[in-house]
Amino acid sequence: MKILPGGICDAGTTRVNKTGGWRTFKPVYDYDKCIKCKLCELLCPDSAVHPRDDGYFEFDYDFCKGCGICANECPKSAITMVLEEK
Amino acid sequence: MKSLLASGHRGCAGCCDAMAAKFTLMGAGEDCIVVNPTGCLEVMTTPFPETAWEVPWIHSLFENAAAVGSGIEAALKALGRKGNTKVVVMGGDGATLDIGMRSISGVFERGHDITYVCIDNEAYMNTGVQRSGATPFNASTTTSPAGKVSFGNPRPKKNMPAIMVAHGSPYVATTSLGYPKDMINKVKKATEIEGPAYIHCHAPCTTGWGFDTSKTVEVAKMAVQTGLWPLYEVEEGKVTSVRKLGKAKKPVEEYLKMQRRFKHLFTMEGGAEEIAKIQAIADKNIEEFGL
Amino acid sequence: MPREMNLDKSKMVVVEGSYAVAHAVKACRPNVISAYPITPQTHIVEDLSQFMADGEIPNCEYINVESEFSALSALVGASAAGARCYSATTSQGLELMHEVLFNVSGMRLPVVMTIVNRAVSAPISIWNDHQDTISQRDTGWIQLYAENIQEVSDMTAQAYRISEDRDILMPSMTCMDGFILSHVYEPVVLLEQDLTDGFLPAYEPEHVLDPKNPLTFGAFADPNYYTEFRYLQEQAMQRALKKIEDVANEFYDIYGRYYGGLIDEYRTDDAEIIIMAMGSVVGTIKDVIDKLRDRNVKAGLLKIRSFRPFPAEAIKNVIRDAKVVVVLDKNITLGLNEGALFTETKSTLYNTDVRVPIIGYMLGHGGRDIRIETIERVIDEATEVMKTGIRIESQFTDLREELL
Repeated sequence: MKILPGGICDAGTTRVNKTGGWRTFKPVYDYDKCIKCKLCELLCPDSAVHPRDDGYFEFDYDFCKGCGICANECPKSAITMVLEEK
Repeated sequence: MKSLLASGHRGCAGCCDAMAAKFTLMGAGEDCIVVNPTGCLEVMTTPFPETAWEVPWIHSLFENAAAVGSGIEAALKALGRKGNTKVVVMGGDGATLDIGMRSISGVFERGHDITYVCIDNEAYMNTGVQRSGATPFNASTTTSPAGKVSFGNPRPKKNMPAIMVAHGSPYVATTSLGYPKDMINKVKKATEIEGPAYIHCHAPCTTGWGFDTSKTVEVAKMAVQTGLWPLYEVEEGKVTSVRKLGKAKKPVEEYLKMQRRFKHLFTMEGGAEEIAKIQAIADKNIEEFGL
Repeated sequence: MPREMNLDKSKMVVVEGSYAVAHAVKACRPNVISAYPITPQTHIVEDLSQFMADGEIPNCEYINVESEFSALSALVGASAAGARCYSATTSQGLELMHEVLFNVSGMRLPVVMTIVNRAVSAPISIWNDHQDTISQRDTGWIQLYAENIQEVSDMTAQAYRISEDRDILMPSMTCMDGFILSHVYEPVVLLEQDLTDGFLPAYEPEHVLDPKNPLTFGAFADPNYYTEFRYLQEQAMQRALKKIEDVANEFYDIYGRYYGGLIDEYRTDDAEIIIMAMGSVVGTIKDVIDKLRDRNVKAGLLKIRSFRPFPAEAIKNVIRDAKVVVVLDKNITLGLNEGALFTETKSTLYNTDVRVPIIGYMLGHGGRDIRIETIERVIDEATEVMKTGIRIESQFTDLREELL
């Protein structure tokens, strides 16, 4: 890498920084309860909730920091925070 | 909806700034240029050579983001590139209410076509939770700590939205991270309106306010439901919408007890009287906006 | 190398210095002008405002900002968006911009500003000296100082060529003495639009703020990177040493006008005494030199056009065979009792084989006239130095002792 004049950066490049390692608790879906309301995807501060082809969602554990907002806000309590085993 | 704020940024778990930026970009869309003053959002998203931004983005200094935005708008016009491209400034409360006030005032007086979003987490979080002009009455911060003879910050929040209304802005709105769709819609509306629009987003900070990382949205909702943070729109100087509380209305204690920064009000002698003063602030809002 | 000036008298008009600058700015086809009024810069921005009101600057927006801080801040955004940018200020306004100055150069934005040099407060003074720009010497801006209206007008186009060059990408200040040049009427050739369109191509930066290619400008650099940013800026400054010369020569080829590149010389070939100075005082010094030459005093002038980058080699080559050098500074580094040009000239010679005695005078502060008698006196004192060596290395001159 060479520094461009002024230090210009290409878009979206923080993805090299896998923040999943910060996690203490990890969110897990109970798809039986999920109503595909998309709130978890909307709220995630780390854009670490991605839609699947079947309309459900999955967590991107490379980046999920385990804040638990998704679990706290889920209207159907379909997300559980479980202790990360390392 | 695609997030235009990439993963891998260094925001705290449960970060309000990341959510606010994500919602703002959802409202503004891809055809925008973002300006950030110095602050948490800037630092956590752009550690050279990385950036979390998927839209063109610039940071110059702490106190000049609005002016930088006005220059971008002027350049796009001069170069014939304005089209539908939106210029969106996202600044924290310190950059907006305190050090950047002159710059914002100038931009709004001059009528540039920009949208300014204040992400208000009510203190200087990037430097370690020092009080700002947006810190609420009786909040304990590192420069307005509660102590034997102090209940914390001695002054109420500066009423920034009213100041922006007084500038003759065609669109001023308050919003909250507790109501993402409200925020996205208001940003969309603001960016579509010609002229300088202002959105003030109440953004609870897990680290600075002292609550669990999972509670960012919950705390934000509670601020609205107590009347401490009314949600409204002002168009051409007239209040055009208000989020009514109805039966959802809660006493301010419900909000205060969720946060470490107000903990002293529940332990210090005379705390009840201080809480009553905060209730009076909420009551005044409820009366003023007919919440 | 000194060149013959080809001033076309038929093209000359008598205008105020500020107008000549404003006209030159117009000829450079700026896209965004952003400025805040401050004496003695006001006439420049007023003239530009009138050009705008008359529709004479196409594809340009003029931003009437609320402070100098915002004047330059707006240009950060505008320049990053791809606009050719201009501002003008002075003194307190320039000092208010201090933080933004570093930012513009660090982001490698080729903004050009005219600085109408003025003293700084306190005590408040609207009159000329060089303390305002000298105090900004470490901000990463190219600083060019002009001798007269014709030069500062032409320097505007040169500054854009230098700053916008992809090998440089550093902002420029063109410095003109407040009132002495800004408010005086002289015959000048206004910067020719047709020639300027050939000399100065449209600004087409490689990277701009554009949703079609979303780039990030102004990321923060941790200790792993910060040093290299500064190093790259210094390298660009070093390249600017040559670029300033090249651009001056090219300007001469196209316009027939030349004022020196990094420096200019006047009767230095056989000079025993060389006076160094910047700005409008250079004209007075030339008159004195002519007078003294008639009396067989071998004096010459070394005019410094570029203070940043500092033309150490060029200076050394001119003064190496002199018997004494006199440096005149319209500024002071308080606590060192020296003017900046004096200090820096001395420092660049320390590790060289050039061993010429140098003395410095601080004068012309806050608009005090620099009179012919003063120049004659310092040359007299320099003559003494040739005989006896240096007795006082650096001093104020023209002090009103009765007030002290």
